[in-house]
Amino acid sequence: MKLYQFAIAGSLLFAGAIASASRQDTPRRSRQESVYDELKRTPEKYLAKINPLVNDADAAAAGGVLFEEHCEECHGREAVGGRKAPSLRAEEIQNAAPGAIFWILTNGVVRKKMPVWSKLPEPERWQLVSYIKSLGTHAAASKTTAKP
Amino acid sequence: MRSTPTNSQSLFALRFAVAILGLLTFLACIPPSYSQENPYIVAYDHNLEEPGSLEVEYFSTFGTQRGGPDFHAYWAELEYGATAWWTTELYLDGQTTFGDSTIFTGFRWESRIRPLKNEHLINPVLYVEFENTNGADKILKEIEGHDVESDYAVANATARQEHTREMEFKLILSSNFKGWNFTENTIATKNLSNEPWEFGYAMGVSRPLAMKGAARRCNLCRQHFVVGAELYGGLGDRYSFGLRDTSHYLGAGLAWNLPSGWAFRIEPTFGLNDNSHQFLLRWGVSREFSGFGSMLAGLFRRRQE
Repeated sequence: MKLYQFAIAGSLLFAGAIASASRQDTPRRSRQESVYDELKRTPEKYLAKINPLVNDADAAAAGGVLFEEHCEECHGREAVGGRKAPSLRAEEIQNAAPGAIFWILTNGVVRKKMPVWSKLPEPERWQLVSYIKSLGTHAAASKTTAKP
Repeated sequence: MRSTPTNSQSLFALRFAVAILGLLTFLACIPPSYSQENPYIVAYDHNLEEPGSLEVEYFSTFGTQRGGPDFHAYWAELEYGATAWWTTELYLDGQTTFGDSTIFTGFRWESRIRPLKNEHLINPVLYVEFENTNGADKILKEIEGHDVESDYAVANATARQEHTREMEFKLILSSNFKGWNFTENTIATKNLSNEPWEFGYAMGVSRPLAMKGAARRCNLCRQHFVVGAELYGGLGDRYSFGLRDTSHYLGAGLAWNLPSGWAFRIEPTFGLNDNSHQFLLRWGVSREFSGFGSMLAGLFRRRQE
């Protein structure tokens, strides 16, 4: 194998990484708003869904563990959002139907950097919904957090 | 003075080692993140890398060989989530043939693109790979055309003289349903010299041992273990398409995804016909680093100031 071919492949990979990372780090308020707008596109079928774990006392705590593992990096430790992703304590999220949040988790918002989380089994996605809904809005966040 | 092949290989190995050391030092500064890996070694599903995350992976394949010494092939993967719909990956391959030698066998560079925005019952992903390897490559990352066991019995010194530059295309069709993942990969490969298109397939099914997450952080909770099986093999070439005169394998796999960001996979695999290696033991270890892209961009920005 010729070294220059390896160098070309590496350079292209590196350039792609830089380019995409730079784009990820330029959040704008409008982008965050448009992410919330995705909730409005939730199909009726999902809006009507009821969280099957609504009576599960451990659901929010388990969702907190899942949040730490998968979501905290972008949405922040307190879920108040960050450079990469919007706050989950915003009224748009907290007032949304559980089925709408479940739909966003299942489908992601691929064109706006939110990954698809369908690789998590359905019950785990509902646990995340339970946790997110337990967070409350920004005002509540200053008093307490629902994290286990 | 013109360098001999041995000198240029040593120089390459030295540069490669320095680059890897630099990368590892860089990665030590980035927090790891949890990855939810399926146990597949050959098949791909539609779950792409999270944007900005880098996954560093090492895989091994121990293979039995009739008509020659057994071998241990290995490869490193650097998998990067460029966006939520595009993952790109660099592979570096090598192998040790027992009683023969240890050699670097080439590199591959692939991209996976998810064309559809939403999750569907069947989710397509397009896969494109450029492969620059030599004839001694034994990682068996895919079976294509008329690949048979006897192809791998050639001594390293002879096999490495053959150079292969290929474009490989895959159509990945994958579904997540009730916690199960089902995936089917159709492979088409074109050697960039004048050789016919070759075809192959890979299929996989997997499921975590538990569907619900535990309410506390733990390493041995059942949801961290994913079991599965994969079936893969060749489909001949454009002149003789079909399941004959090629090899086929069936493997049973287990993945263990630790909350610390480490993931382990193991897959004993058995050849299904006389053209196949009788037994392959595959295993791998990987670690995911979140925020790699941001950190890289940060370095880039500081240099501009």
